[in-house]
Amino acid sequence: MNNQKRKIDFLQGNDAIVEGAILAGCRFFAGYPITPSSEIMESMAKKLPLIGGVFIQMEDELGSIAAAIGASLTGLKAMTATSGPGFSLMQENIGLAIMCEVPIVIVNVMRGGPSTGLPTKASQADIMQTRWGHHGDGEVIALAPWSVQECLDLTIKAFNLAEEYRTPVIVLSDAILAHLREVVTIPNPEEIEIIERKRPKTPPEEFIPFKADETLVPPMAVLGEGYRVHYTGLSHDEHGYPTDDPENYRKLIERITAKIRKNADKIVSWDTKYIEDAELVLISYGSSARAALQSCIEARKQGYNVGFLKLTTIWPFPEKTVKKIAETVSKMLVLEQNMGQVVHLVKEATEGKAEVEFYSKVGGEPFLPQEILKQIRRIMK
Amino acid sequence: MKISPVRKYLREDRLPTIFCPGCGVGMIINATITALDQLKIDFKKTVMVSGIGCAGRIPGYIKVDSLHATHGRAIAYATGIKLANPELNVIVFTGDGDTGAIGISHFVHAARRNIDIKVICVNNLNYALTGGQFSPTTPKGAWTYTSPYGNIEGFFDLCELAVAAGASYVARWTVREIFSLVRSIKKAMKKKGFCFIEVISPCPTNFGRRNKMETSQELIRFFKEREISVKDAQGLSREEIRGKLIIGEFIDRELPEYTETYKELILVSQKRFKEPEKPGLAWIELEIRY
Repeated sequence: MNNQKRKIDFLQGNDAIVEGAILAGCRFFAGYPITPSSEIMESMAKKLPLIGGVFIQMEDELGSIAAAIGASLTGLKAMTATSGPGFSLMQENIGLAIMCEVPIVIVNVMRGGPSTGLPTKASQADIMQTRWGHHGDGEVIALAPWSVQECLDLTIKAFNLAEEYRTPVIVLSDAILAHLREVVTIPNPEEIEIIERKRPKTPPEEFIPFKADETLVPPMAVLGEGYRVHYTGLSHDEHGYPTDDPENYRKLIERITAKIRKNADKIVSWDTKYIEDAELVLISYGSSARAALQSCIEARKQGYNVGFLKLTTIWPFPEKTVKKIAETVSKMLVLEQNMGQVVHLVKEATEGKAEVEFYSKVGGEPFLPQEILKQIRRIMK
Repeated sequence: MKISPVRKYLREDRLPTIFCPGCGVGMIINATITALDQLKIDFKKTVMVSGIGCAGRIPGYIKVDSLHATHGRAIAYATGIKLANPELNVIVFTGDGDTGAIGISHFVHAARRNIDIKVICVNNLNYALTGGQFSPTTPKGAWTYTSPYGNIEGFFDLCELAVAAGASYVARWTVREIFSLVRSIKKAMKKKGFCFIEVISPCPTNFGRRNKMETSQELIRFFKEREISVKDAQGLSREEIRGKLIIGEFIDRELPEYTETYKELILVSQKRFKEPEKPGLAWIELEIRY
């Protein structure tokens, strides 16, 4: 335990994300204003120059993510933040970051959609877009905080995962968390584990930029160090050169997919409560999980054996965890603020071992524990 | 046999290139490398960024750190690279589609910021890598696959746009004026600010062939017949310069450069403002400036 006193602050989710990013070493931010994420860039505009970092307001979200990826190529830890419509605009360049294996953190403060939708109110309807929004194959990592504290902690984790796996990592916040104020403990820099991307150990003339060892993640050279790396969004060989050779393409896509899938056990995290004797398990994530836990506690007081699973990692989906729980309970209730997204993943993971129920609330208002309790009573009667 | 001094800067393991016979890109690569070589620019500290299209393939053949990015976004990627490490020489190769259509916003705003990026726009008058469709710079009346009855849209003057947006240095040449092009690139490399050099380049395969100009020579003659210098064009009415191809230096001026100003902002923020939220920052005057 560290002797130095930790700083306690009272922050909104958006500001906690900035605190986490800076602690993780983020020194570049490019963004474009959009509700409800704008406070992230406002706070970055204020703080980054003070620590010698770079802030730029770009002309749109396409430019924002492009600039952030460019900055990451020079070795800086870079981030952008946006909300639904802006996240859609970023998708093509997220694809480039996957293909060129560039570490980057993207915060998507989810709001109601489609289109302009509900700019000031929350939703959780970008779960599938996060994973499948870019064209083509490839994996991303996505983390969903449920508290202001987790906004900070998971942003640090997002940077670590981005650096370790050389991939875009998405923090899925929402309009409720963005502006919710809670007490946050800001860790001391020395007690945080920081992961930096692997750098080449070989001299430039021997360096093969996309040749990976058994970790499947190749070391990354920094622009301007003489490694003369060619990055392209085209299918490329180990040297980074474009090729449309089918075998080469298959190997490339298999590797960039496997580097996430094979490490899924290491990447995923979740929290459970009252699982041991549960007959029904509530599954939720993000701000919705707060009401889910509250209703779970209430239900137990009323004599219902209800358990609770909060998904912290959304992508890769913690399917083993869900499957294991499904083997011991008869019913699951998925709670999310959309017309049904994670519920499909849960159904797939349970392989029919448990009955999966779904309760959604769309309209931007948070779930109320009483509403969920009503569902619990309906299912368990 | 005499070997071109350019050759040592090429990724020889990648030759031959994908470019068609008669394409102007080879001359532009040659001019760029010649200019950098003559200035003894450190290729290790040089990053080349490109978008999509024939011009997008240029950086992949040169021994530098390079990024072949998404369509239209090259200048935005370059903005991030330059800001993150202002020590790097950042050169962007774009095409007429990248610059004038899908990525026009990044082009205009990088010029407005006057960030120290050198953009070499290979304007081959059509979308060539996709098979020959009209672009914002395809001449009116031209036949392309998407203008099978003749192009009804006008030619976009990208240089005028760059000047209006605030670039430090703007020039247009055709591949005919290769020495002027080399001079312009050298000038741009020495300049601190956003530089835009448009090079009109022959595309016999997809533009010329379908407009009764089967060879590069015919295309170059087509350019030559329409060329008028910036100087000669001054004082002429819009009507008089209609259908002409204005070549030369459009602007060469000294303006504050973005990464330099940003360095200043860092110092100001650190020294003078613990909390940079007070209005009336005395180090920059409140003004509407073009």
